[in-house]
Amino acid sequence: MEMNNLLLGQLFNKIPIAEKTELATEWITEKFSFLFTPIKKHFGSFMEWTAEMLNTVPPIAMIIIVAILAFLVSGKRFGLAVFSIVGLLIIENQGYWGHLMDTFSLVLIASLLSIIIGVPVGILMAKSKVAETIITPILDFMQTMPAFVYLIPAVAFFGIGMVPGVFASLIFATPPTVRFTNLGIRQVSEELVEASDAFGSTGAQKLFKVELPMAKATIMAGINQTVMLALSMVVIASMIGAPGLGREVLSALQRAQVGTGFVAGIGIVILAIIIDRFTQNMNKQK
Amino acid sequence: MPVIEVEGLTKVFGKNTKEALKLVNEGASKEEILNKTGCTVAVNNATFSVEQGEFFVIMGLSGSGKSTLIRLINRLIEPTKGMIKVDGKDISNLDKKSLREVRRKKMSMVFQRFALFPHRTVLENAEFGLEIQKMDKEKRKEIALKSLELVGLGDYANQYPGQLSGGMQQRVGLARGLTNDPEVLLMDEAFSALDPLIRKDMQDEMVDLQAKMQKTILFITHDLDEALRLGDRIALMRDGEIVQIGTPEEILTNPANDYVEKFVEDVDRSKVLTAGHIMKRPETVNIDRHGPRVALERMRAEGISSILVVDKDRRLQGYVTADDVLKARKEEITNLNEILRTDITEVDVETPMNEIFNMIYDTPIPLAVIKDGKLAGVLVRGAVIAGLANEGSVNGNE
Repeated sequence: MEMNNLLLGQLFNKIPIAEKTELATEWITEKFSFLFTPIKKHFGSFMEWTAEMLNTVPPIAMIIIVAILAFLVSGKRFGLAVFSIVGLLIIENQGYWGHLMDTFSLVLIASLLSIIIGVPVGILMAKSKVAETIITPILDFMQTMPAFVYLIPAVAFFGIGMVPGVFASLIFATPPTVRFTNLGIRQVSEELVEASDAFGSTGAQKLFKVELPMAKATIMAGINQTVMLALSMVVIASMIGAPGLGREVLSALQRAQVGTGFVAGIGIVILAIIIDRFTQNMNKQK
Repeated sequence: MPVIEVEGLTKVFGKNTKEALKLVNEGASKEEILNKTGCTVAVNNATFSVEQGEFFVIMGLSGSGKSTLIRLINRLIEPTKGMIKVDGKDISNLDKKSLREVRRKKMSMVFQRFALFPHRTVLENAEFGLEIQKMDKEKRKEIALKSLELVGLGDYANQYPGQLSGGMQQRVGLARGLTNDPEVLLMDEAFSALDPLIRKDMQDEMVDLQAKMQKTILFITHDLDEALRLGDRIALMRDGEIVQIGTPEEILTNPANDYVEKFVEDVDRSKVLTAGHIMKRPETVNIDRHGPRVALERMRAEGISSILVVDKDRRLQGYVTADDVLKARKEEITNLNEILRTDITEVDVETPMNEIFNMIYDTPIPLAVIKDGKLAGVLVRGAVIAGLANEGSVNGNE
């Protein structure tokens, strides 16, 4: 046993992966600070502005707007609207409205960024076998690496607050959109693709008139996943100072306050259900 | 000038196409090439041309390469070798942009499983070809509606394809193909996914449409009956090679090899053979010049008991029997008019055999075959049966 260890130790000195990673991160932080600093500054203030704007809307007005949208998006049925009203009233009643808006603005921005990046990457994967071969393992890596790990370089790059939270969420939540976009486009029946080619479509015409409309349902399923992952990541991101409901859960955890933790947790669940049903219903619509 | 000319068109699927092509040129078989190089020869040296307004059918069983061949024509599949000329212009080496132009203006395609866009209405499907040419919205809607009306679907313009039956969906497919007024219509097993009754209707309609439009049509099918119904000419494919090209009659009566013959055997011959194919040269007398004496002499010489009577323009007047002629001679009648019988059945030269078959059992005398108002031949029971059995002499008169 000892002999073995000795031999292995002699053959392979410990490869300094951790050290190298640290050096690389430092190097990136330093070299790209010209990029990170303005992002942190401008994007950070943009996000704060978004959260503030959402917070200036009186809760009751917001609840009514959400209820109306819920009614419309669910095909003129009352279930989702009623749930939204009750759920949001509970959160307001518990005094977490401000935190809710913070969390929501983070989720919103993180999801939008994920979609803006994810859909084109998915299209690229669908169109190019090489791209698919390269990107697939990267996506696997992004999704299986424990989400907490992203918080560390996020802090190095962007300090603490909302921006690193969004950054970490971006890495963690984008893969489903990419995967589902790729899948959706590849699933478009070959005959339809042939039909659009046979009539002389350009690549862009084929994409926008045939492939994306046909893949829409699948892409929307991916987006739904992305939004849910973004929400879960935004909660985790409270560890690096992202505001919102997650921070309440964290502080309850640190002080062992079961009740407070539960109430904040319920708030997250309500938000998650509303967002999930919204995105799912949007998918069902013609 | 032919609209489509294809010469030496070859498609090899696989990695080692160079080696495979060499073997193709040496005349190696499909299996040999597959075993040696791992490549599949889908289309092997296809050469044919299609004239303006011709309905050209490519027929073969599944795996014979016919679907690949049609996709080579508009280059949905890139040919490995060979030349494709459309309207005298070689398109086999066109760049992407020029190829798009050819696809937009010169040819359109109708697909086996319709390939309609489910998220677009029937009208939006029909106008697709013009939409991607960025034609003005109002104008293209008008044209698309016209071609929908042509296939009888004008009232369904605002429905979605999913709301229509299979037959109607394929009409939409056809309308979409016609909207951009192509010179060439490529139809890939266009009716194969339809159930048999609807398929027959569509075939009939296709014949009518083609009579109106006079498009150049390249039609793929695995169904010989369909090929015979629709095709002006038929090309038979086997293992990627075209084994015979000819009119339906030529293919049926002179199958080029065992393979074609086997194919043809399955066809109900009675549907394809017409009166013209099996009629015999008629024995006649001229009503203006001949009397009973000549009529009797002819009947005696031929060993028949009745003879057809025509006028000087070979228009059928009727027939006389040997008995009547004998009686007439006794009574010293010199004009055939007096003993002329007119209860003879006339059939057109194009009448299919299965119809003749029923008629001939009802009449003891031969059927008169008429072409352009004139007597062209006679059908006797024995020859009809022999024609069906493919044993007796088949006297094509063309």
